[in-house]
Amino acid sequence: MSVLVFIDHSAGQIKKSSLEALCYGAALAASTGTTAEGILLGTVSQDLSELGCYGIGKIHQVASDTLNNLDARVFSTVLAEAVRSTGANIIVFSNNLSGKAIAPRLSARLKAGLVSGAIDLPQVANGFTVRKTVFSGKAFANVSIHTEIKIITLNQNAFPLTAGQGTAQVIPLDIKAAAPDVKTVSATQSSGQVPLTEAEIVVSGGRGLKGPENWGMVEELARVLGAATACSRPVADAHWRPHNEHVGQTGIAIAPNLYIAIGISGAIQHLAGVNRSKVIVVINQDPEAPFFKAADYGIVGDAFVVVPKIIEAVKQLKGVA
Amino acid sequence: MKILVCISKTPDTTAKIAFKDNNTKFVAEGVQWIINPYDEWYALVRAIELKEKDPATILHLVCVGLPDADPVIRKALALGGDEAIRVNADSQDSYYIAAQIAAVAREGNYDLIFTGKETIDYNGASIGGMVSELLDLPFISLATKFELAGSLATVTREIEGGEQTEQVGLPLVVSCQKGMAEQRIPNMKGIMGARSRPLKVVEPVTADTLTSVVSFELPPAKAGVKLVSADNPAELVRLLHEEAKVF
Ligand SMILES: Cc1cc2nc3c(=O)[nH]c(=O)nc-3n(C[C@H](O)[C@H](O)[C@H](O)COP(=O)(O)OP(=O)(O)OC[C@H]3O[C@@H](n4cnc5c(N)ncnc54)[C@H](O)[C@@H]3O)c2cc1C
Repeated sequence: MSVLVFIDHSAGQIKKSSLEALCYGAALAASTGTTAEGILLGTVSQDLSELGCYGIGKIHQVASDTLNNLDARVFSTVLAEAVRSTGANIIVFSNNLSGKAIAPRLSARLKAGLVSGAIDLPQVANGFTVRKTVFSGKAFANVSIHTEIKIITLNQNAFPLTAGQGTAQVIPLDIKAAAPDVKTVSATQSSGQVPLTEAEIVVSGGRGLKGPENWGMVEELARVLGAATACSRPVADAHWRPHNEHVGQTGIAIAPNLYIAIGISGAIQHLAGVNRSKVIVVINQDPEAPFFKAADYGIVGDAFVVVPKIIEAVKQLKGVA
Repeated sequence: MKILVCISKTPDTTAKIAFKDNNTKFVAEGVQWIINPYDEWYALVRAIELKEKDPATILHLVCVGLPDADPVIRKALALGGDEAIRVNADSQDSYYIAAQIAAVAREGNYDLIFTGKETIDYNGASIGGMVSELLDLPFISLATKFELAGSLATVTREIEGGEQTEQVGLPLVVSCQKGMAEQRIPNMKGIMGARSRPLKVVEPVTADTLTSVVSFELPPAKAGVKLVSADNPAELVRLLHEEAKVF
């Protein structure tokens, strides 16, 4: 009996969302009187024993270079083997892109019940019930898992990342990985930018910004805040911004600590993807814009006047140019 | 080429979300039902485009649902597709649904199976992955582009902060999201044609249910917005820093 946390990485770096999953796994193990262990497929540049600071006793590693690239079928086969050999009964993934590719496969392979998009630790007093978001953030569901082995994927930015002291024991696991199905041809990564789903602050623009040529101030505000940029659906549909910035019910669902919406009306489909943000700021010239009802702070005014002043004030506060 | 597209019925995006029977059931009365947007706009439309390019392609739709799903399936057929199969069952458990789809897929021997990225009601994002595992096929999740040359697929998928293009042979399962295709409006010919195309109903296979929804909750209401004067945006920055402590 143990909690096994899948540690996701790319370009040699462990993802922040996986560190959150490790903290969640450690807290879950503490509440159920078991231990939390990690599993990493492939290789990273970091010393894995350092992950002990998140409350993890052991890190299992299948150190094969072919596992540095995600192949859902190969990963689920290797992980199923690892679950058997470690005797884990709860497996935790981040509900990030890799988690979405692997966790369902592992669930079907092990016939282990899956709850994806968990936002809290499970209730274990009477069964095993996990809270997750449903209806694109408009509601929550408490879902009970009936199987002996349980799989949870944790929403990003839903569980605090806290580091303490400790060193983990790193254990090599000798599991043969089959040849991958998938061959990577090319990859593009916008460097220097914060990925939207991992961002703690998101600055987002809507049709109120009139055209792509006006995004300079959105990017500038994002830069001074260390934020990611996002947009409403019509903005992406009009190709003012790339489609991977489209947030909402039919785009990406995010829950940053701060979401700043500029020139976005706050349609129900937009709100669905962003209303789990901890603090929402709305800048809109129309005092009747529905977004104000979902906001914590707001300014009724012309974005082209207000936003440059906000940028100045942030620069002053942070002492940056 | 045989393609199977998985279709789900979901509440309209503007539907009022409310629960009854001690918060155990979604209030479906008065709700408009639509094809799950990811299934319709991306999975189905891309499959139709592939069929337009290669008219010999056979395109089937599958939906796990009760007879009340039929209008939504007909709407999907109005966009395109040669035949639809409805598995006469309803479940909130992804594994149960995936097992039904896998059974249909085995029977039909498809080269390509498309699902939407997730449904906009349960947001499970798990059917594609589960179906691929049950069929022991390769799986690419969250695809934004899909091209086919013979039996070799070139698929672009989202990665954190970017995109990655991959090649993989058929048969294959792909979950689809924005970028794959553009939404289409059905035309009169499609709507008329949909009536004559077969909608086959099959009974479910035996499958386990691994999870169940115990209860629903609505999020607590917001306390109300604190408005700052447009003449003093610096005050907003101060509040965010000192009161909300978000930077
Ligand atoms: C099935 C379906 C799914 C959908 N999914 C999504 C989704 O996932 N995400 C999404 O975003 N939308 C989605 N939509 C679209 C949604 O209904 C809205 O149409 C869209 O969100 C509106 O985008 P917007 O707020 O940028 O534009 P608008 O609604 O046009 O709002 C522009 C706002 O800018 C303000 N403004 C104008 N000029 C200024 C200025 N100078 N300064 C300050 N403010 C200004 C205006 O007052 C207005 O409130 C969906 C729709 C449907 C039917």
